[in-house]
Amino acid sequence: MYRKIAVPVDLFHADQITRALDVAADLAGHYGASLHFIGVTAETPTAVAHNPAEFAQKLEAFAAEQGKRHGVAVSGTARTSTDPAVDVDKVLLRAIADCGADLVVMASHVPGISDYLWGSHGGHIAAHAEISVFVVR
Amino acid sequence: MTEDNRNEEETDALPEPEGATEIIDTDYEVGQDNISPRIGPFGLDIHNPVFVVSGLVVVAFVIITLAFQNAVGPMLGDLRVFLTSTFDWFFLIAGNIFVLVCLGILVSPLGKVRIGGADATPDYSYLGWFAMLFAAGMGIGLMFFGVLEPAYYFATPWGDQPLSGQLGIVEGELVDPAAVEAARLSAMAGTIYHWGLHPWAIYAIVALSLALFAYNKGLPLTVRSIFYPIFGERIWGWPGHIIDILAVFATLFGLATSLGLGAQQASAGIGFVFGIEGVDESVTFAVILIVVITAMALISVLRGLDGGVKRLSEINMVLAVVLLGFVILVGPTMLLVGQFFGNLGAYLSEIVALSNPVGRDDDGFRQGWTAFYWAWWISWSPFVGMFIARVSRGRTVREFITCVLLIPTVISAIWMTAMGGTAINQMIEHVTDSAVYGYVVEAYVPELSLFGMLSELPMATVTSLIAIVLVMVFFVTSSDSGSLVIDTITAGGKINAPVSQRVFWVIFEGLVAAALLIGGGLLALQAAAVSTGLPFAIVLLLACYALIRGLMSEPR
Repeated sequence: MYRKIAVPVDLFHADQITRALDVAADLAGHYGASLHFIGVTAETPTAVAHNPAEFAQKLEAFAAEQGKRHGVAVSGTARTSTDPAVDVDKVLLRAIADCGADLVVMASHVPGISDYLWGSHGGHIAAHAEISVFVVR
Repeated sequence: MTEDNRNEEETDALPEPEGATEIIDTDYEVGQDNISPRIGPFGLDIHNPVFVVSGLVVVAFVIITLAFQNAVGPMLGDLRVFLTSTFDWFFLIAGNIFVLVCLGILVSPLGKVRIGGADATPDYSYLGWFAMLFAAGMGIGLMFFGVLEPAYYFATPWGDQPLSGQLGIVEGELVDPAAVEAARLSAMAGTIYHWGLHPWAIYAIVALSLALFAYNKGLPLTVRSIFYPIFGERIWGWPGHIIDILAVFATLFGLATSLGLGAQQASAGIGFVFGIEGVDESVTFAVILIVVITAMALISVLRGLDGGVKRLSEINMVLAVVLLGFVILVGPTMLLVGQFFGNLGAYLSEIVALSNPVGRDDDGFRQGWTAFYWAWWISWSPFVGMFIARVSRGRTVREFITCVLLIPTVISAIWMTAMGGTAINQMIEHVTDSAVYGYVVEAYVPELSLFGMLSELPMATVTSLIAIVLVMVFFVTSSDSGSLVIDTITAGGKINAPVSQRVFWVIFEGLVAAALLIGGGLLALQAAAVSTGLPFAIVLLLACYALIRGLMSEPR
C-alpha cells in the first residue's frame, strides 16, 4: 500500500521521538516500504552540527542506524533554511513532495520542550501535505 | 605583552585546516547555557545570564533615565562630548585601521577564502543581499543627513567646516564663484568621508569576523565568538557574557533612540506636507507612528527573514531608487553627473587630510562630526555586522569586501551628490530665498532639510510623501533586523529560538522608544549608546587581529 515513508526528524531531540520512529519502522516492515528521513537545519552552527555538511553526515548516520535496527531500507534528505524558526514547515513540505514519499509519519507535541517544536509542525504538515500523514502523539 | 603571549598559545593550539573549513574544536555546544522557561502559553529558549542581565539592565536604565532625566541627561551629554573631544584622535586612528585592514585583506590572498567553506553557495542574490545591508545599516541616516550635512558645511557660520575650509555663503551673500566651488567640493568631500569607506569598513570588520567564526569555524553566531582566538575557552564564561550583553545594550538603545527620533522626524515631515500645525510637537502623534512602525516590524519578523525582512528591504530599495532617480532627472541632471565625479575625486584627494588624527585645527568638524559619527557607527556595528554576517554565507571574502565596502561607498557618494548637491545648487541659485537655507542656516530645523530641498522640485507633495514612507520603512527594516539580532544573541547564538522571543524584542523596543519619547531622555540615551563606541572601538581593534588570524588558518 505504501512504498516510501517520509519521516521528518529533529536530530537534537531524536531520543524523544522514538515512538514515531517505531511506528514508522513497523509500517515500513508491514508494507515492505522504505524509510526516508528528512532533517532541516539552520545554516549557522547548531548544537547538532557545525555546518550543513556535517548535519547531512549526521542525518545519514542516523538513517543508517535506524535501518540496521529495524531491518528496513532507508534514505535521507538534509535541507537548510535561513530562518528555520519560521520557515521549517515550508522546507519540510517541499522536501516531502520532492522525495516522492506516499506517507508521512511524524511525532507530534513532545511534552517538556518549548512550544514551537514538532508538536505544532505535525499539525501543519497534516493540514498541508498532499499525501497521508500519520501524526504520532 | 602577556596578552600577545597568550594569543600565541591559544592560536597555536588550534588544529590545522582539513577539509572545507577549519572548525574550531571546543567543548561548548550551541545552546548549552540556555534555559527553557514557560511563561503562560509561550515557551522560551534563552541564554541564561545574557537574556536576564540585559533585560534587567535595559529596564533599570529606562527607569533611571526617566526618573532622573534632568540630572542624567546633561551628564550623559557631557560624557559624549568628553569622549568625542578627548579621544577624537583614537577614533580617527581606529577608523583608519579598519579601512586599511579591509583593503589589505581585499588585495591579499586571504580574499580567496569563502564564507561557509569552499563548497558553500550564496543564499541571496546580489540585489537582495544589497537591499538588506543598506536597509539595516545606513538607510535612515542617508534620509536624515543627505541634505543636511552638505548644506551645513557649505553655509553655516558655526565653524564646523571640514579642514577649516571656506564658506560658500557668508552673511547671506554668495562669495566669489571660485570660492563657492571650493566650498561646495569641500562640503561634499567631508560628507562622503563620513558615509564612505570608514563606516562601511567598521561594519565589514564586524560582519566578516562574525561570519567567519560562525560559518567557517563552527562557533555560535554571537558576538563573543569573534574573540575565541584571544580569550579561548573563557569566552563561554563572563568575558563572553559581558561582550554579548554590551552588544544587546548597544543594539537596543541604538534602535530605540533612532526609532524615537525617527518618529519625530516623520511626524515633522507629515506636518510639513499636509500643513498641519503642531504635529511635529505632538508626542501623541509620534507615539502613534512608533506603534505603526512596531506593528509593521512585528509582521515582518513573523514572516521571517525571507518572507518579511528581505521583501521589505527590497521594497525599500525600489522606493529609494525612485526618489534618487527623480531628484537626479528633474534636477540639473548633467550638472549632477559631472559633480559626482568631481565629488568622488575631492573625497579621494582629501581622504588622507580628513582622516589625519593629529595636528588639525578643525575641532568642530573633527570632534563634533567625525568622532561622533565613528562612535555612532561603532556602537551600531554589533547589530549591523551580525545581520550582514547572517545573510552573507557563500560569498568569498573578496566579494564580501567589494560589496560591503567599495560599492556602498560609491552608492553613498551618488546619494549625497544627488541630495546634497541639489540642495547646494539650490542655495547657490536662490541663496537666502532657498528653503534649504531657511531650514539649515536661518532657523536650524534639521528634520525638515530634506523636505525643504524637495519642495523646490516639481511634484513636491508626491516626493515628500515617498520620503516619509521611506523614512518609516527604513525604520521598520532596522527594527526587524535588529530584533532578529538581539533575539539571536540572547538565545546564545541560536537562530531557531521560539518565535515568541522575537515578538517580545520587537514590542520591547517600541515600548522603550515610546517611554523615552513621552518621558524625555531620548537624547540622553542616544548619548549613552554613542558612549559605548569607545570601549567597542578597542574591542573591534582586537577583532581585527582575531579576524586576520582566523582567515590565515582557512584553506584558500
